Amino acid sequence: MPSLSQDSKQGLTLLSPTLIYALVMLAAPLAMVVMFSFWTQNYLDLDRTFTIANYREAWTQPIFQVLMWRSLKISVIVTVTTVVLAFPIAYYLSFHVKSRKALWLFLITVPFWTSYLLRVFLWKVILGYNGVFNSALLNLGIIDEPLTFILYNANAVVLTLAHAWAPFAILPIFVALEKIDRSLLEAAEDLGDGPVRRFFRITLPLAMPGVVASTLIVLIPTVGDYITPKLVGGTDGLMVANMIQIQFGKANNAPLGAALAVSSMVVVAAISVSIYFAGKKFGGKVK
Amino acid sequence: MMGVIGRFISSNWLAVYAVAYMLFLYAPVILLPLFAFNDATIIAFPLSGYTTKWFDLLWTTEALHGAVRNSAFVALSTALISTLLGACAARSAANHHFPGQKGVMGFIMLPLVLPEIIVAVALLVMLMQLGMSLSLWTVIAGHVLICTPFSIAILSSAFAGMESSLEEASFDLGETRWGTFRRVTLPLIMPGVISSLLITFTISLDEFIISFFLTGTDVTLPVYIWSQLRFPSKLPSVMALGTILLVVSVALLFVAEIFRRRAARRQGAGPGSTQGLV
Repeated sequence: MPSLSQDSKQGLTLLSPTLIYALVMLAAPLAMVVMFSFWTQNYLDLDRTFTIANYREAWTQPIFQVLMWRSLKISVIVTVTTVVLAFPIAYYLSFHVKSRKALWLFLITVPFWTSYLLRVFLWKVILGYNGVFNSALLNLGIIDEPLTFILYNANAVVLTLAHAWAPFAILPIFVALEKIDRSLLEAAEDLGDGPVRRFFRITLPLAMPGVVASTLIVLIPTVGDYITPKLVGGTDGLMVANMIQIQFGKANNAPLGAALAVSSMVVVAAISVSIYFAGKKFGGKVK
Repeated sequence: MMGVIGRFISSNWLAVYAVAYMLFLYAPVILLPLFAFNDATIIAFPLSGYTTKWFDLLWTTEALHGAVRNSAFVALSTALISTLLGACAARSAANHHFPGQKGVMGFIMLPLVLPEIIVAVALLVMLMQLGMSLSLWTVIAGHVLICTPFSIAILSSAFAGMESSLEEASFDLGETRWGTFRRVTLPLIMPGVISSLLITFTISLDEFIISFFLTGTDVTLPVYIWSQLRFPSKLPSVMALGTILLVVSVALLFVAEIFRRRAARRQGAGPGSTQGLV
């Protein structure tokens, strides 16, 4: 590359170990998954002739359609819940907490660093038939018999995931709010905007990049979540990742699993891109 | 409606909400030690009495000790490799510019948003195709992939805050490249390096999905825990184990946080700065 400057060459050389690692361990495997999804499993052998049969199955079989649709629905509900719950916290940290911001941020991230597996399991303990929540309500006399609609269904999956992804939703919004020039808010006030008008006309549009970032950070991984549906979801809460795991494991149909994985990634990517552009259109500037 | 929102965003109600939210965040974490010290085989309220027998049980479980050794090996290797790769990338991003840099860095940071099951499945497919057998090293390979972006995020701010004039001064005074790195650069970024090592160690120690797919006969700690969750009689000792893990993780994070703040202060930012964390 003779046209590159000295600086560019040094930068590339320095980056090369990391880049090569990512190419070998991420790009190559992802390309292989795509290849795999066009092949067929014959018991122990792979038939390497090109076919779109796996995709036909992944997109037309009712069971896969149901799982895919449910995964998207749960992920969207989780994302909206998480981001809406997280926004006031980020707002509080940015505008009302004066001296202990770093401490608050640390406290928010601590639960996230404890074993994910055990956190999900403990939600099962909290929400179960004889669980913490039910026994508390029974003791207080609010209910006469334990609630059953809170575990082993989609509600439990939504609650547990909203908990698991909370810090990821708070941090980007907090960063966006911190960047807002406070003099803009004063200007709005001087020009006669009340707190509510000011919030919707200045704060929210300027915080939009953070809101979009947290939406994407929560949405994309939750579609592929595997532990939460398995532990607290029951049969009504199973998601597409569980089916992918089954295809790679017990069902011994890796190509179909690969087709499901690719399909779900394409759908999620399409949704993410539209959210990104919607966010760009509606936020980022003061109206 | 507008009036309600107005009161909500401008008054103490936000503080009340923040406290309630923190309770929600900490609810499962608080239960862990409660059940670990509870003298009953069933994980439910009311609590029966104080005991440490579940912890004693852990010392005599051989399979667990193997899993701890495996996890320590995996987490340590992951921390070292991903911090090294992260340092290269962060230095390159902070001090150099080349065409397509944004795209390349975006690609390296991709595992941060990619669902773990996709990373796990992709690596599994490649290893199957290459006919490689699964071992702790395959788990490490997966963990390095997801930990490197975290390391880059932490070290980027360490490099960005560093004055390049200090290195130039060192060159002018006759130090070699290596001498400058060892005596000037490394001490300046050391807090960031330690913070990165601790955080990547903690992520690897906790990671389940990739380990579950890529582990061979030697299991890591989360995979061991997963296998125990199926047996109700094993649950109390799993709670005890979880409590120990919780204490270790929080201690590591606390140390990481101290180093991160020291790094921020060294670069002239206030102690309340959130640099590096977000």
